[in-house]
Amino acid sequence: MEEALLDIQDLVIHYEKRNGAVRAVEGLNLRLKRGETLGFVGETGAGKTTTALGIMRLLPVPPGRVVSGKILFNGENLLDKGEEEMRSIRGGKIAMIFQDPMTSLNPVITIDEQIAEMIALHSGLSHRDSISRALEMLELVGIRRERAGDYPHQFSGGMKQRVVIAIALACSPELLIADEPTTALDVTIQAQVLGLMKDLRRQFSTSLLLVTHDLGIVAESCDDTAIMYAGRIVEYAPTAELFGNPLHPYTRGLFNSIPKITGGKGDLMTIPGLTPDPSNLPPGCPFHPRCGLAVPECSSGIRAPLEAGEGHYSACPVTLGGRR
Amino acid sequence: MLIPVLVGVAFVIFLLLYLTPGDPARIILGTQATPETVRALRTEMGLDDPFVAQFGRYLYNVFLRGDLGRTYVTRAPVTREIMAAFPQTLKLAFWSILLLTVVGVPVGIISAIKQYSLLDNTVMLLAMIATAMPVFWLGLLLILFFSVHLGWFPSSGFDTPMSMVLPCVAVAMPSMAVVVRMTRSSMLEVIKQDYIKMARAKGQKESVIIRRHALLNALIPIITIIGLQFGVALGGAVLTESVFSIHGVGRLMVDGIKMRDYPLVQGGVMYTAFAFSVVNLFVDILYAYADPRIKAQYRRAGRRKMVTIRK
Repeated sequence: MEEALLDIQDLVIHYEKRNGAVRAVEGLNLRLKRGETLGFVGETGAGKTTTALGIMRLLPVPPGRVVSGKILFNGENLLDKGEEEMRSIRGGKIAMIFQDPMTSLNPVITIDEQIAEMIALHSGLSHRDSISRALEMLELVGIRRERAGDYPHQFSGGMKQRVVIAIALACSPELLIADEPTTALDVTIQAQVLGLMKDLRRQFSTSLLLVTHDLGIVAESCDDTAIMYAGRIVEYAPTAELFGNPLHPYTRGLFNSIPKITGGKGDLMTIPGLTPDPSNLPPGCPFHPRCGLAVPECSSGIRAPLEAGEGHYSACPVTLGGRR
Repeated sequence: MLIPVLVGVAFVIFLLLYLTPGDPARIILGTQATPETVRALRTEMGLDDPFVAQFGRYLYNVFLRGDLGRTYVTRAPVTREIMAAFPQTLKLAFWSILLLTVVGVPVGIISAIKQYSLLDNTVMLLAMIATAMPVFWLGLLLILFFSVHLGWFPSSGFDTPMSMVLPCVAVAMPSMAVVVRMTRSSMLEVIKQDYIKMARAKGQKESVIIRRHALLNALIPIITIIGLQFGVALGGAVLTESVFSIHGVGRLMVDGIKMRDYPLVQGGVMYTAFAFSVVNLFVDILYAYADPRIKAQYRRAGRRKMVTIRK
């Protein structure tokens, strides 16, 4: 098998509170091949952002703590890196876009300086050269050079996210982690920003880990999709395969929750119950209390994802036709 | 804003002193004076005029002629008395503000970065003690320990650098505690922001993040509080000046109050209000340098004014 760009193995991340650990990520496995886009889908609180921050080694420590597991990037475990080395990886090799463009830019620094900061840090260019490179990046994301000396408050939300993208891609990183990059934007702006990311990603040959809870975005732009639930990947498959043949009951529940334009005006389908409290996860499959197909065995023992087809893994043995 | 504030202050202080019992003419002439001379002086000073007339005359003198009247005791112009005392007060205010900024802001920043550490807890405890301590008591303690006991610094006067140390420390301490707490909470607020996370994600060094990204954004409340403290200090550290026998504005006002020297008290209060307003004006200007959003607001307001003028 070819070496993956990013290979997360059995990652466990806890937030340690006085009254016990919050188990945000519980044995997560994830692979991202070079040049591909992986959609990383889950409800709020499933542990997506924690995983993303874990890869960047930007978890607030304490209370956050990587308990066990490996995060292999180009075959090297990021968790073994020193802070100095990690700083050159952040921004240089792995860049991150945060959820809210409104608050991601420093309000008292002009945007050309904010882009140039990234370039100067990782390229060793002089300040002047960094600035001129920053101007090129701005044009690339469709912002006129004349606006380079402006402050973030002079831009709209969509433009701010373009600036953030310009910062993230300024050093042609190998991996871009986008944490819900369009959640805070209007639908029309969403499409523009996603389109821009797609174009630039190709241009810079950057792989993308797209964290989102929007299945529409995933269908549009991801090669593979991983569904996360309560700190684990419950299903992982090429996007077309996942959408055509969802196996895990949770994935099916997610798809059923999307209102259909032909479906009339009845009540929306929902998954009964709530995501479990990560400080008090149920034993066995974390989804079984909400699962309509649960059998008694579901409440004991965790099963590793099973291969259901070419590159299609599901953590639910029940829907795999009794292959336990 | 300056003028309305000063008129308001003038009104309040004038009214208060007008209502205070005691006859200025009698104070000036002493107990030996005959009723006739007292009455004559009252007429001469216009003390028999109605309140509005007296107040109007006072406003006219202060704002149009810059004349705060003459003191009852020395008969010297109040402005001259204040100007004579002002350099001492300014010196005290300047050095103590410099001291509290140079020490208070860095301590607050470190405290914020190491939140809930032993260091942070110690600093917070000390800050609480410093705020709770009365200034004159702190001043006396400093004198007892450093002048009387150790003999390191002189206990009074304000001319040599050595003699300036204790008064500046006494004035700076309680304000420094406020500045430390404000810096800490402001920094804590900023450190949580997304753009700090973003700066970390760029691979920036933590020290640069604190200086360039966090501190710049935390400045506004810090500037405000230091400005306020400077205004207060310029008004004269009444108690500290008395304890260390410094002939500053605060001391002058205390003497004025003791002697019922109304013009001196009025003048002192007017001066304080003026100093405070001027400092506030400078703080407002500083805001614009610290935050481009505020600068943009000023610019917009300026443009609007231009438009209305043109109409």
